[in-house]
Amino acid sequence: MINDAPAPAGPPEGLPGNSEVVLEVKGVTKSFGPLTVLRGIDLNLHSGEVLGLVGDNGAGKSTLVKILSGLFPPDDGQVSIKGREVRLHSVQDASSHGIETVYQDLALIPQLPVFSNLFLNHEITYAGPMRLLNKRKMRELAKRYLDDINVYIPNVDTEAGQLSGGQRQAIAVARATRADASILLLDEPLAAMGARESRLIIDLVRGLAKSRMVSMIIIDHNFAHLFELCDRVNVMQGGRITINQRTQDTSLEELTELMVSSYRSQLQQALDS
Amino acid sequence: MADIVMSPAEPQSSAGLPSDGVRRYIWRFFVAQREITPFIIMVALFIFFSIDSPEFVTSLSLNAAAGFAGPIAAIAVGEVLVLVLGEIDLSAGQVFLTTPWVMYWLWQLGLPVGWAILASLFVAAGVGMINGMITVLLNVPSFVATLATNFILFGIVLIESNDTEATPIPGSLPPQTSSVVPHVGFFGQVIGVWLWSEILWVVAIALVIHYVLKRTRFGVRVIATGGNLLGAAEAGVPVRRVKIWCFVLCSFLSGAVGIVDAVKYGSMDPGNAGVNYILYAVGACVIGGTALTGGRGTVIGAFIGAILIGVLEAGLTIIGVSTNDFYVYIGLIMVVAMTLNGWLDRLAAHTRTS
Repeated sequence: MINDAPAPAGPPEGLPGNSEVVLEVKGVTKSFGPLTVLRGIDLNLHSGEVLGLVGDNGAGKSTLVKILSGLFPPDDGQVSIKGREVRLHSVQDASSHGIETVYQDLALIPQLPVFSNLFLNHEITYAGPMRLLNKRKMRELAKRYLDDINVYIPNVDTEAGQLSGGQRQAIAVARATRADASILLLDEPLAAMGARESRLIIDLVRGLAKSRMVSMIIIDHNFAHLFELCDRVNVMQGGRITINQRTQDTSLEELTELMVSSYRSQLQQALDS
Repeated sequence: MADIVMSPAEPQSSAGLPSDGVRRYIWRFFVAQREITPFIIMVALFIFFSIDSPEFVTSLSLNAAAGFAGPIAAIAVGEVLVLVLGEIDLSAGQVFLTTPWVMYWLWQLGLPVGWAILASLFVAAGVGMINGMITVLLNVPSFVATLATNFILFGIVLIESNDTEATPIPGSLPPQTSSVVPHVGFFGQVIGVWLWSEILWVVAIALVIHYVLKRTRFGVRVIATGGNLLGAAEAGVPVRRVKIWCFVLCSFLSGAVGIVDAVKYGSMDPGNAGVNYILYAVGACVIGGTALTGGRGTVIGAFIGAILIGVLEAGLTIIGVSTNDFYVYIGLIMVVAMTLNGWLDRLAAHTRTS
């Protein structure tokens, strides 16, 4: 199968908040046996927008992301992509709708060179039954693509295992976006990363969103990170989205306060009932 | 957006001092070409035995070395594929012995030689398929699954053959005469009887498998599956299918060269157990630079490792050292090879990042 270089990025148009809705989630619920994890999620994501998803452990963030990446179906509710309702039965399914998930840097193969990792399962091969690898073309395209998204790796022949955590994460993100992904789901992309490394990934994510109009949903526990990464933040509490704020309209302190007061009122309700 | 500079730019080797560049190149070559180390040890052993005992280079000793190394190399080459997956196939040695026996048995039942060979190869591939299925679908560790098939095959051969020798193997020289049986002469002369034919078959197979592992999409999938099973699966690599195929290939290749080996010797003793072969074969892989942890392996290295074992065995015999010593040396070489490989790995990591 022959993949060409990704098409050049279209010009960014207007503010992310004003642009087309690429992903819409309506009333999604999910239970595992007696345990109700999602109690009606409503969420939308615009083209080129970076949406942060925060919440306590068990708030349902991971469940929501797993539904969107096709790992399991919701019990109820609907997911629409670019206005058309879709059913995501598998990871492949989600992928064919342009949804890619980056599972931290663990998704790379440490023994394979950077270019092989970038083209894993989408290798460029010569015609013929042996599927001989066209390494020269893959190297060339890998270099060009990494240059395009401003990820600097001195040598695409370096084995992924020899790279730093930040570099590996960057390659993982690059791989997901290389295959024409329009929606990227990132599960704690900055976990276990130093300040300098985090900076690289933050720049990469912002760059991809703005220059290629890739929309992203990022799960993170760290509010400060999310404020730097995201255009908008959704807070999940008890299987619902309780706060939906654009980062430019609020501050770190305000959001923290909102979250705490919402948490208190929930607790109060629970105590009252 | 600022450029993301992740590590200092590498110095251009061509722009540096030429002697430095050359030294760097040689060094990298050693680190990258894992097969070089066992190759040097093998050549050193060869030279040592030749000097110590000039008759070592006579064709007889070399034949002995090739004869000993042939089966080991044949099994080791296929085994590398399975080891790169992070799995192991302990039944390959028994398949090596069982396949020619199946061929003999079918031939005795009246099947033409060609069909008997085809059918027995099918059986060999089938054993690999079963190994793969048990490992992948039943989640039994391959060490256990293939150990089990190894014993089952050994048992079946013993029961069905009633523990009597299979002879003559079709295509081979009849034991008491020097003439080739006319109707099977082609197999005899080209495929088996000539003492070097087995090793040449193995060389050809090794080159093909080497190429498959380094240059094809299937090779990338094998390395990915062995290097990071979950990561490969998430990227869409059909890891289960890849695993089963590797077991099938390993078994098939062992069986194919097994037939060549049986034709060479003309008879087959059902009491000969495959475990003798497989442990040498895994040893050859390890000596050649294949880790048992998966994701990494070299076919050429495994072949060299097998030849090294052959040279050591024949050499020790010719200089008059007891064959018992041979086992001690093999063990020592394996420990040294493994240590050296770990050391080279760390060194590689160091040179690449600095």
